[in-house]
Amino acid sequence: MHDTLIPAGLDAVFDVPMVTRVEGEGSLRLRVRNGVVEEARLAIFEAPRYFEKLVVGRTPDEVIDIVARICGICPIAYQMSAVHAFEDLFGVEIDPEVRRLRRLLYCGEWIESHALHVYLLHLPDFLGYPSAVELARDHRPAVEQALLLKRTGNRLVKLLGGRPIHPISVRVGGFSRVPRRSELEALRPELEAAVAQARATLDLVTTLPVPEYEREPRLVSLRHPTEYPFNDGRIVSNDGIDLRPSDWREAFHEEHHEGSNALHARTADGGVYLLGPAARVALAGEQLHSLAAEALRATGLVAHIRRNPYWSIAARAIELIGATAEALDIVDGYRPPAAPAVPWTPRPGVAAWATEAPRGLLFHRYEVDERGRIAAAQIVPPTSQNQGAIEADLVSFAPHVLDLPHDQATIRLEQLIRSYDPCISCATHFLDLSIERR
Amino acid sequence: MIERVSPVRRAREAGSSIRPRLGVVKFASCDGCQLTLLDLEDEFLALTERFEIVEFAEATTNRSDGPYDVLLVEGSISTPEQAEEIVRLRRQTPLLVTIGACATAGGIQALRNWGDETDFRAAVYAHPEYIESLAFATPISDHVAVDAELRGCPIDPGQLVELLTSLIVGRRPQLPDESVCLECKRRNAVCVAVAGGFACLGPVTRTGCGALCPAYGRGCYGCFGPREQANARGLARHLQVVEGRAPADVGRLFAGFTAYSEPFRSMVTELGGVAAPGVAPGGGPARESHDA
Repeated sequence: MHDTLIPAGLDAVFDVPMVTRVEGEGSLRLRVRNGVVEEARLAIFEAPRYFEKLVVGRTPDEVIDIVARICGICPIAYQMSAVHAFEDLFGVEIDPEVRRLRRLLYCGEWIESHALHVYLLHLPDFLGYPSAVELARDHRPAVEQALLLKRTGNRLVKLLGGRPIHPISVRVGGFSRVPRRSELEALRPELEAAVAQARATLDLVTTLPVPEYEREPRLVSLRHPTEYPFNDGRIVSNDGIDLRPSDWREAFHEEHHEGSNALHARTADGGVYLLGPAARVALAGEQLHSLAAEALRATGLVAHIRRNPYWSIAARAIELIGATAEALDIVDGYRPPAAPAVPWTPRPGVAAWATEAPRGLLFHRYEVDERGRIAAAQIVPPTSQNQGAIEADLVSFAPHVLDLPHDQATIRLEQLIRSYDPCISCATHFLDLSIERR
Repeated sequence: MIERVSPVRRAREAGSSIRPRLGVVKFASCDGCQLTLLDLEDEFLALTERFEIVEFAEATTNRSDGPYDVLLVEGSISTPEQAEEIVRLRRQTPLLVTIGACATAGGIQALRNWGDETDFRAAVYAHPEYIESLAFATPISDHVAVDAELRGCPIDPGQLVELLTSLIVGRRPQLPDESVCLECKRRNAVCVAVAGGFACLGPVTRTGCGALCPAYGRGCYGCFGPREQANARGLARHLQVVEGRAPADVGRLFAGFTAYSEPFRSMVTELGGVAAPGVAPGGGPARESHDA
């Protein structure tokens, strides 16, 4: 490790062979020449798993089980994009209560995933700890609060889906089983506590020392007229994109770059764009749950969240408030549907849909044949869409840290990467930090 | 060679201040099984007081190449680098525990073993030449000796706690090898195969999940893999002859997250489901079985 002070203007290489506290395996390499960043590359060395090919020949319900395995942290996102794609193609009208239960399931995943990221993966960066384990020695109540919040998210998923990781109940047409009212009511006290814990989380993160850095990224998310986006809405951007959730390919495409087991997504004009909590808060903030909207206004951080990637931690805290509060509303209003699922018949054609994973928009597209089997698949995870924007941010941010000691500069850069909550297992179809100062 | 001394004995001999060094590493996988450690929630902090976590890239920036007292390994071996790395890691630990269906059975990505790997690369990536991948995705035990395994896709948190506790007190972990059916009966669930008409792998699958799928109104799909002496062929025949299912439909049922474990592997080869019936892993005819 180097701890020499390298003044701006010199050449340097920053290398992080494996970025930690992210999901999956990747590395960063940044090369600086005469104080100018020549190259920033997040390389994904997570081994390829070929999901798009594994689902060929399978039935829609089998696909729902298989695609969950792309990611242990956000399996529901994968199940949701798939199930809505199929239901859209097959013309299945799901029961409104089933639709609400799907939102509740997504709330559970967002709570679990955001609590994990805010406290266990991201917070140690701001407070200078290698992990939540050391953090817990000095700040035990904060870590305990995190684990409680995370547990509540997991319990929601477990109740609706059987288990927190790779749940089993999502089926085309609805669920294989829906909960009894009493089962959901039993979670009420915990959810009430979770709303308070989520508010305390926002209070905590707004006191953090956040590095100063601003840029105006192109943002993309789903937007729905009346709901904060989970399963439904139009794909919108801050520069005029406005598409059905099935029409992602009209504005975006994927490219394959050397040195990466992930495909990178770009806009039609080859530009990079950013997905995730900051994009959603910026583009769909009007639909935030009233408790979350109020909390956001009180922080005065709206513009900061949009411009400074490090403030994504506040966006996640806002969404934690929204997800816990909405979960409580859904639980209170729940009337079990007449049947867990409605019957359906497959029809050939293209099934495509996008939903909002905790890390951002997740697009699926399946070609379905005459027998109702998958003929071809395309899965575009949030991280492979964000990778270009992350690399662009590294290039523009790096000059701010070049006069720091090499170790500290590297930590800042890694922290920047973690602020996007990259999910590399998903994107493998992501991430290697080396900064090269020549 | 590393001396085989139990972490417990080492700790006892050195006084209770020394905690066993725990490593968590991954190969090709979804990270879900290692996430189960963090999902222990209440027990996670207690766990960090009993074990010194020296390697767990998903959770901590502190890294260690070894040695470890216990190493939990997630994921299957899918690239040439991984095949080398697992051999290096084996030399760093007296206790290597595989966690989850990818590590113990190859996982869902092992379905590609029935096809031609280059086809898979070409189907997913525009530049297949950028991708380095082995012809087969294989379980850890195909490469190095494994001391204990936790099955499941994902692993069960209860079984994980049982394993770690047994390591601390120095006894064998109690991991049941019953079928899902027994668990289902204990749970008083109505049989989804008999009463619901669902295709169910419960009779041949090891429990560990708590018979979740039947309790949630669907058939078991084999996450914990075959139990010992599972009569997969008998079940396959029943599903075809008695329940009238097409061979490929039965083959696809076995072609799940533990498909590469015998006897599920033979059922997939015989019945098809991921490739034509009779095609063995490697893409050849069934008789020439592949040696991993």
